[in-house]
Amino acid sequence: MSGDLLKSYRFREERQADWQKLDLILTRAENGGVKSLTDEQMLALPRLYRQAVSSLSVARSISLDQNVIAYLESLCTRAYFFVYGARTTIGERMMVFLRSDWPAAVRGAVWPTLLSALFFFGGWGLAFFLCLQDMEWYWTFHGHSFFEGRNPDATVEYLRSTIYTDGHGDGQLTAFSSYLFNNNAQIALFAFALGFAFGIPTAWLLVYNGVMIGSMYAVFWDKGLGFEFTGWLMIHGVTEIFAIILAGAAGFIIGGAVAFPGAQTRLASARSAGQKAATIAMGCVVMLIIAALLEGFGRQLINSDVARYTIAAATGVWWMLYFYMRREERRG
Amino acid sequence: MTNTATPSPNKRQRPGVSIEAATQRRARMAEEMRQSKLIRRLVTPEGAAIRLKLATAAERAGAFLIDIAIQWAIVIATLFGLSFLMAGLGEGSSNIAFAFWLVFFFFVRNFYYIFFEIGQRAATPGKRALGLRVAARNGGRLTANSVLARNFIREIEIGLPFQFALMGGDEASGWMALFGLLWSGVFLLFPIFNKDKMRVGDLIAGTWVIRSPKTKLMHDITSANSVPDSGSRFNFTTAQAEAYGIHELHVLEDVLRQSTVEVKRQVAARIRTKIGWAQQPGETDLAFLEAYYGSLRRRLEQRMLLGERKADKFDVR
Repeated sequence: MSGDLLKSYRFREERQADWQKLDLILTRAENGGVKSLTDEQMLALPRLYRQAVSSLSVARSISLDQNVIAYLESLCTRAYFFVYGARTTIGERMMVFLRSDWPAAVRGAVWPTLLSALFFFGGWGLAFFLCLQDMEWYWTFHGHSFFEGRNPDATVEYLRSTIYTDGHGDGQLTAFSSYLFNNNAQIALFAFALGFAFGIPTAWLLVYNGVMIGSMYAVFWDKGLGFEFTGWLMIHGVTEIFAIILAGAAGFIIGGAVAFPGAQTRLASARSAGQKAATIAMGCVVMLIIAALLEGFGRQLINSDVARYTIAAATGVWWMLYFYMRREERRG
Repeated sequence: MTNTATPSPNKRQRPGVSIEAATQRRARMAEEMRQSKLIRRLVTPEGAAIRLKLATAAERAGAFLIDIAIQWAIVIATLFGLSFLMAGLGEGSSNIAFAFWLVFFFFVRNFYYIFFEIGQRAATPGKRALGLRVAARNGGRLTANSVLARNFIREIEIGLPFQFALMGGDEASGWMALFGLLWSGVFLLFPIFNKDKMRVGDLIAGTWVIRSPKTKLMHDITSANSVPDSGSRFNFTTAQAEAYGIHELHVLEDVLRQSTVEVKRQVAARIRTKIGWAQQPGETDLAFLEAYYGSLRRRLEQRMLLGERKADKFDVR
């Protein structure tokens, strides 16, 4: 046997400089993002990528050096994900989300939203009318451990005092509203995620939340504080309740897609629904942040009923316009 | 010079493969089958096939545990930092600090994964540590919506079983909790029961988690052979160079790249016996192994070009 080199070794010897160049570019891009690449590297990338991919298929058929093949496999995989990967920055992505993706997703989900609203307000109405007829229902819904004094046994004066603040204890209320945000946002994400179980737990969660608010509403209504309580609730409630309803709608989208995939396969149907629904759920978190700000600051600082109603109406109109108005008309 | 000296043992006794060797071979093939079930072919737009290896459920659980540990470290460190800050600022700030911490907690809990998976590497620190990444199932671009979807779903996979596990108390709610735990356990254990190792979030988002470890390009072992001296000393006959197959070649490659002197000595001794090669004065084990690796690979690669893949030493063609 002569001492000449193996074919597969010569093959590798001729190309490995380029492989390593590609490796270097990828490592840089992975660590520092696309911006850390020079123009020269950007231009070289597609050529190096194609070369590596073709090297891989040749190497598979001529070389038995498993290190070379493993290296090329990993190099090509990394390069593929980079070349065909997402190129947008987080900032751009957020702008697209706010400007078009989110409203479009909500606009495309009118029926699930209405269904979700039906469950929520159904629970609300049910609890409200039951409680008005017989206040014993309140205890059925809330149990006897309700930590605040806002129950049917409280006096009108006490209830009134919970609606208006005198400026004391701001810090505590801030903490409380951030606790509520935490809670609500988690519930919203739950309502979304539970949609996977055909939407049934989502429906239950919506009814339950509706019942909670509806029964409380009945307590204040019964004491003749309906008008004041509505202002107190709605200053942030318009945003918050809308968010919860949309989260429920997101859950129903997924549940519907999993239960009734139509002409698609169940997997494909779940996937396309999941993308839309996730956009809505993300939006719910944004809405709940705004609601928490309104609750934490707006409600504590503003004690006038008229101002509260104005803000409530303004947020309602804003969300309606933002979601349901056609984009083209808005630009024009 | 050819070397076919001494214990030239009963060379071709094919039917007499020992039971032990046959069992080992079957076990090896079963393992290869199992591994190949985790491999998915991705055909790039250039028409080349890339083989993606799915992460196993165990690897993903490992990555998740690392991530959970990091999340807790962040949350607890922030809590300490804030309480330290509050001690400096006085009483009034404690509520605001607590409010901040609660919101922060929510974001760490839900957006830690999203933040990292939206990035260029599509992997959280835990996944990175284990060489995993998230990829779109259809081979396309991993969209931000997919990342959101797969991580919002995490709430029912981890959060729900956890909540049911914490529930309990009296008998009625105990039964409720048990039922809930069983029901939500379906979501938790979902990845084990499907061939693509998807969790519910992956299913909804159209993603899966693959292994993409970084491999280093090492020197070619045959490059040492090009030194003229060592090449001439070892002249294996065709029969000697054909004693083994591709599997043994790869094992030999591993031995040469990453094993101790002692292992190399044993392997060299076994190969010498098998091919009937007498150790010459001044012949080191390493030089012998490298030379034999070179000849074996040359022979096998030649045969591969002719379309014959000799899988292992039992493969007689």
